[in-house]
Amino acid sequence: MEKLIEFISFSNPNVRFVTLGTMFIGMSAATVGCFAFLRKRALVGDAIAHAILPGIALAFMLTQSKSPWVLMGGALVAGWLAMFLIEAITKNSKLKPDTAIGLILSVFFGLGILMLTSIQHSGAGNQAGLDQFLFGKAAAITPSDLKIYIAVGLVLLALIFLFFKEFKLLSFNPDFASILGLPVKRLRFVLSSITVLAIATGIQAVGVVLMAALLITPAVAARAWTSSLKILLIIAGLFGAFSGLVGSYISFTAPQMPTGPWIVMSLSAIAIFSILFSPQRGLVAKIFRQRQNRQKILTENILKALYHLGENQKSQQNYFSKKQLLNHRKFDAAELNKGLKILAKKLWLIERETGYKLSQTGLPEAQRIVRLHRLWEMYLSERMRLKADHIHPNAETIEHIISPEIEHQLLHELDYPELDPHQKPIPY
Amino acid sequence: MAALYIILTASVIAISCGLLGSFLILRKMALVGDAISHAVLPGIVLAFLISGSRDNIPMLIGAAVLGVITTLIIEMLQKKAGMQEDASIGITFTWLFALGVILITSYTGQVDLDQECVLYGEIAYVPLDTFNLSNGLSLGPRALWISGSVLLLIIAFILKGYKGLVLTTFNKDYAASIGISTAFWQLAFMSLVSLTTVVSFESVGAILVVALLVAPPAAAYLLSQNLKKMLWLSTLFGILTAVGGYYLALVLDGSIAGAMATFAGVLFAGAWGWSKLTSKHSGTIPVTDKKNISTFF
Repeated sequence: MEKLIEFISFSNPNVRFVTLGTMFIGMSAATVGCFAFLRKRALVGDAIAHAILPGIALAFMLTQSKSPWVLMGGALVAGWLAMFLIEAITKNSKLKPDTAIGLILSVFFGLGILMLTSIQHSGAGNQAGLDQFLFGKAAAITPSDLKIYIAVGLVLLALIFLFFKEFKLLSFNPDFASILGLPVKRLRFVLSSITVLAIATGIQAVGVVLMAALLITPAVAARAWTSSLKILLIIAGLFGAFSGLVGSYISFTAPQMPTGPWIVMSLSAIAIFSILFSPQRGLVAKIFRQRQNRQKILTENILKALYHLGENQKSQQNYFSKKQLLNHRKFDAAELNKGLKILAKKLWLIERETGYKLSQTGLPEAQRIVRLHRLWEMYLSERMRLKADHIHPNAETIEHIISPEIEHQLLHELDYPELDPHQKPIPY
Repeated sequence: MAALYIILTASVIAISCGLLGSFLILRKMALVGDAISHAVLPGIVLAFLISGSRDNIPMLIGAAVLGVITTLIIEMLQKKAGMQEDASIGITFTWLFALGVILITSYTGQVDLDQECVLYGEIAYVPLDTFNLSNGLSLGPRALWISGSVLLLIIAFILKGYKGLVLTTFNKDYAASIGISTAFWQLAFMSLVSLTTVVSFESVGAILVVALLVAPPAAAYLLSQNLKKMLWLSTLFGILTAVGGYYLALVLDGSIAGAMATFAGVLFAGAWGWSKLTSKHSGTIPVTDKKNISTFF
């Protein structure tokens, strides 16, 4: 508890730098990452993160300086080059994008390692500290680092704000953007540049390997909650910043814990939760909806079967056993029991030892299904000119879907027919 | 002798990766190999903690199991949650890698591993860890024995299962229609990929594994019109990578794994240039040419 208060109060300057730094990094990467995610370039981000390494090593070899500005410059150049090469390979050979990404990722990273180790062994300079780009150094953010992160974050946000409409078009429909006369190539260059910029700052917090998570995981999580780009950017940014906060809090309370991996764990937890439980697109909601649909179709089919059996005997007052139902339609026996139970609970059935019959409230429901089925058959045969033996399977599926509005329209179009194409009466 | 052992081990691993990588590329799964090579980290750490030793067998099993789990999670995210492929790969392997790093940090002292060794490995130490008989006779490096057995396993798998593997790679629908289980071959193939990744990365590091899985087969793919030629060329490029990379590292006095990855890139650049030069003369576009696709079977 004391730790929590100390953390929140921000009294410790080190805590202040680390927390603000990771929050800004998390937010910038997440917002930019939304575009990478929408353009299906999640793993290009991973490749760029790896490819930055030789740029940093080269910048250091040439200038012998470890100033963050110099190293960032090298990182930007290498990142751009990697992105350019990935596109060139994909365009000018029969290799698929995934191969090009894997190739550039591993070769550039290998080159970077080779250069770093070579510098180390040759004694050409003290390269210690360069490996912060490999594994991140979130726990050791200094005031001058923080200034860079904040500056980069603000520049990114400003650019996204300025070019929001253009980037949106570029992400969803680049062909349309070029038809409109937008400078697509230049816009893509700007968007790629800010992606590289976000990655070059981000790897200092979480390291090369986990950078892809900083870009993509917040976008994945946010996507579960919204379909609007504006809200997507805001939610993803908040997730990113929040995870930065969580990561720095954990490494503050347990100092041996690495900040970067905990940021990623927090992001992943948010993403998993969102994928599972978001009300519209969540997996649980989806499974629940599927179950409800299956149940609806099952019970409607049972009602229909009972109606048919009654129709054959010209009385809806007779009781029919399970066996008769099974003979009439191929139900799964266990499913049939389940459906009958649900219907009895709704009081749409009356149950007796000899079997089941439709109740006062169940009969109109059964009539509705049969009516929809036969109306649709009518429509197919009259309007689509389909033969009578071709229309049943189609009606069998659509009867569960037709809404009251469509039913009304069908009735109107067909002028309340009495008999369906098989000469069976349509119940009203 | 040390140089020979290093080159030999690297070549064996390069051939294994090249053979499997060829199929990975053709199945458009090049990045799944990348994902697996990172995602096995928590498996290794857990196996390490459970078995309490750096013995190879539990580590191999732990990592291979996690590799297969990774592919299953990626597939599930795509099929059940409707997620796009790149995002599902990206979030899965980063999450597992982060978990691995956290596990390592939580049990420092008990786990003699760090992310540096995972990322770039140290093939230079391969000759030091030898496989000895009880009378003290050395039979060569342990890594060479293990990776050699894996290579034999892969060759046996490809020879025995050539038809199933090839059909499920090129035409899933056709394979399914003649009763070949796509799921079975996918699982068997991905298990081999995780096994190879794990075996290799202890000695050469994750990044060189990815380079060996992608670069030699990609170069071979550009220069061949049929699968058999592609497999042979991948093997050749794999060996060249091992030899060339070793001497490059010697000249520059740097990491051997890094140099091998770099050399693989150089080889690829050469193959790319060569394919551009030759295709200009013949003027055909291999991918859209129907005849070429059919000869690929």
